[in-house]
Amino acid sequence: MGAPLIGARIPRKEDYRFLTGAGQYTDDVTLPRQTYAAFVRSPHAHAKIKSVNTAKAKGAPGVLGVYTGEEIAAAKLGGLPCGWLITDVNGQPMKEPPYPVIAQGKVRHVGERVAVVVAETQEQARDAAELVQVDYEVLQAVADGRLARAKGAPQLHDIAPDNTCYVWALGDKAAVDAAFAKAAHVTKLDFVNNRLIPNAIEPRAANGSYSRADDSYTLYVSSQNPHVERLLMTAFVMGLPEHKVRVVAPDVGGGFGSKIYLYGEDVVVTWASKQLGRPVKWTADRSESYVSDAHGRDHHTIAELAMDKDGKFLAMRVKTTANVGAYLSTFASCIPTILYATLLAGQYTTPVIHAEVTAVFTNTAPVDAYRGAGRPEATYVVERLVETAAREMKMDPAEIRRKNFIRSFPYQTPVALLYDTGNYDATMDAAQKLADVAGYAARKKASEAKGKLRGLGYAAYIEACGIAPSAVAGSLGARAGLYEAGEVRVHPTGTVTVFTGSHSHGQGHETTFAQVVADRLGLPVENVDIVHGDTSKILFGMGTYGSRSIAVGGTAIVKALDKIIAKGKKIAAHLLEASESDIEYANGEFKVAGTDKKKMFGEVAFAAYVPHNYPHDKLEPGLNENAFYDPSNFTFPAGTYVCEVEVDPETGVVKIERWSAVDDFGKIINPMIVEGQVHGGLAQGIGQAMTEGAKYDSHGQLVTGSFMDYCIPRADDLPSFQVDTRETPCTHNPLGVKGCGEAGAIGAPAALINAITDALGVKDIPMPATPQTVWRALQQKKAA
Amino acid sequence: MEQALDTTLTVNGQSVTRRIPARMNLVDFLREELGLTGSHVGCEHGVCGACTVRVNGEIVRGCLMLAVQADGCAVETIEGLSDSGELAKLQKAFHEKNALQCGFCTPGMLLAARDLLKRNPKPDREQIRAHISGNYCRCTGYQAIVDAIEEVVAHG
Repeated sequence: MGAPLIGARIPRKEDYRFLTGAGQYTDDVTLPRQTYAAFVRSPHAHAKIKSVNTAKAKGAPGVLGVYTGEEIAAAKLGGLPCGWLITDVNGQPMKEPPYPVIAQGKVRHVGERVAVVVAETQEQARDAAELVQVDYEVLQAVADGRLARAKGAPQLHDIAPDNTCYVWALGDKAAVDAAFAKAAHVTKLDFVNNRLIPNAIEPRAANGSYSRADDSYTLYVSSQNPHVERLLMTAFVMGLPEHKVRVVAPDVGGGFGSKIYLYGEDVVVTWASKQLGRPVKWTADRSESYVSDAHGRDHHTIAELAMDKDGKFLAMRVKTTANVGAYLSTFASCIPTILYATLLAGQYTTPVIHAEVTAVFTNTAPVDAYRGAGRPEATYVVERLVETAAREMKMDPAEIRRKNFIRSFPYQTPVALLYDTGNYDATMDAAQKLADVAGYAARKKASEAKGKLRGLGYAAYIEACGIAPSAVAGSLGARAGLYEAGEVRVHPTGTVTVFTGSHSHGQGHETTFAQVVADRLGLPVENVDIVHGDTSKILFGMGTYGSRSIAVGGTAIVKALDKIIAKGKKIAAHLLEASESDIEYANGEFKVAGTDKKKMFGEVAFAAYVPHNYPHDKLEPGLNENAFYDPSNFTFPAGTYVCEVEVDPETGVVKIERWSAVDDFGKIINPMIVEGQVHGGLAQGIGQAMTEGAKYDSHGQLVTGSFMDYCIPRADDLPSFQVDTRETPCTHNPLGVKGCGEAGAIGAPAALINAITDALGVKDIPMPATPQTVWRALQQKKAA
Repeated sequence: MEQALDTTLTVNGQSVTRRIPARMNLVDFLREELGLTGSHVGCEHGVCGACTVRVNGEIVRGCLMLAVQADGCAVETIEGLSDSGELAKLQKAFHEKNALQCGFCTPGMLLAARDLLKRNPKPDREQIRAHISGNYCRCTGYQAIVDAIEEVVAHG
């Protein structure tokens, strides 16, 4: 065979269709006799629905059906479930208010679904939606998580007094308090991790259809995990037999977390398709995306780090209020707890840590996982504290990190995780070199000579990917398994189709996974195709989120490949009249060890399907294997980012002069794809720190409800990144892989804010650090 | 009742005559009436650039132009510009430099890149960034897109 496939920069197999406009996204799917849905959404953040009058809408041209919460309740459609039960500090289950697919009696955020109109055309549906008359009794609203538990705050749900979903804690509080009492220095920060709106460029879309022929449904949907969508929809909401529903997530135009969840629109179009006997399609416009996609982040945190006189970390204490929005989205409850507090050790040996998280309901869109999901928030806490501590202790920020790095693995953190491997010095050293930290002083001087301010900031992040194992997750409240499934189907002529429960919506699985398969089987990559995103083709799947696909989904495929090779050896032994134990497989050939007797992979495949000469007494014909893989631990990618900025004090404009990122993702299958993931993650992390921030006013109106008001980074907002990797292979999966999808978004905000605060000489600055925010900070400093 | 106008335009070199509702956007017409789904709808307010198409040689936002305004115009889309080979070098460079991930912005991005190279065959990285800054990409961080366009500039 040719050059090794693992580690090869192979251009993507999936590109052709996207480059030529031949991709098939959900809105591109047109079904015969298709109809169109338009949702009536609440203009109020908090209101009682006194009445909904649909008469005019029902009489409008082309209208086929109008449904309100009343019809949904009569149809006995359940509410949207939450997939993770958090147990609070008192041992009580979190408060789980009903999350109706269409509002029942009350609306709790702007954009909540109040009714749906289905018509012959999209225009008719939208026109008629405007004729639905809703009589609201407007109530006081609360949008800011910090105010949700205040005395007299408007109450969202009867079952959740003080708007509190849970108060949850992790760590040894007494030990932490004792360590703080002895500390030589304590660094304290009080900040907001800003609310973000994911903004995949493809808006959410769903197209449901019902077949009378076999009483079955098909739902095309822009989703990151079609099997989970089907499971939740059938078992928890619609009460349908799971095998009668097919969910297809075709090409998906970006997800970033926002398409993990089961949304009410998906349920409604599926249900309505049976009522009308015709397919029902809905595609969000961007305004709907802003108010109805699950948002991310939105923490208020008070964090403290205790040190001895030499800068050795003694303890960390963190108190966070997490705004989960009006309802619990699918994984909302585990993000600010299981995926947040457990990461607070970072790369450091901090011996004791205590975190308390209060999740509150507010009159805002639900908040759930967004690229990084809990881990960016944790990294921001740790890395802002550490950098600030270094400044207060007058230590070099890299040195204080090195003084506290974990260097012995496996390492049990005080916040539940067991790091299997890592080398934080290696990524720090490489990042400093890449960033030319040695030349920084001269560059700073040059900036000063121009009247500019220059700053340098680090972030040494860690993340936990591939949430696992299922049993542990279950004991922590997960209501789903966290394995992945894969199937390898070898065709009679020896080409291969692989079915994966992971879903690719930009990550390049069709190439990366094909490289893994082709490498293991010794076949050309062209002979391997990867299929994903269709419950009727793929045996099962948990989908793609949490940078889990290669570590969990890739490993499932490897396990199935092992079975293929094992069976192939049996067939080859028969064909070669040799003992099975003497057969070796390499480079696409089954060989009798030490001889030149061999059978090609294709010959063995052919024998399996045309079994004229075949060990029928021992083996079934065919060559098709599947595997489920449940990891024994998380994986722990880590790295160091160094950001250097130049600030114009006259305008507050921050220019990123250099960005150096060195990541340890374990083994890398396709470096080109990995670099792309890092770039994209960094862009979103920089977006959080500099341009993006969802703002609700005190009435609960989203004032950043379009691309004109919510600024995602453009090409000329971003620098060119210098990226590199170091490698400590994961110890508990056969590929040695860790995952790379979220790293950039996790590490970037802290590095950038550390750089900006360094340039400005201020302790803190809120995100997003827009020019106005930066300019104001400078004026305040001047005044002080 | 809704007004519609008889409209004749050329789409990817073929003459098309349809009675088109006055309110219909050009991109919706291309997608819904002609099945040319390579032009995507990302924001419907002219910001994201996913719906970029070419009208009489100039790139426009398909969501900000009414289809009836294209009466008598020559409209070109990703499908036509792929078939004609006009985008071939850019498509090859995008592929080799990994300048796309989910692919949703890609057709619009290719049209914007081609527009730049027609105006300025030797742009530098900053000029490339400025010209494509009207097209959002949420996946790549733009760097690989800039690399790909630069590759075409360097090697033609």
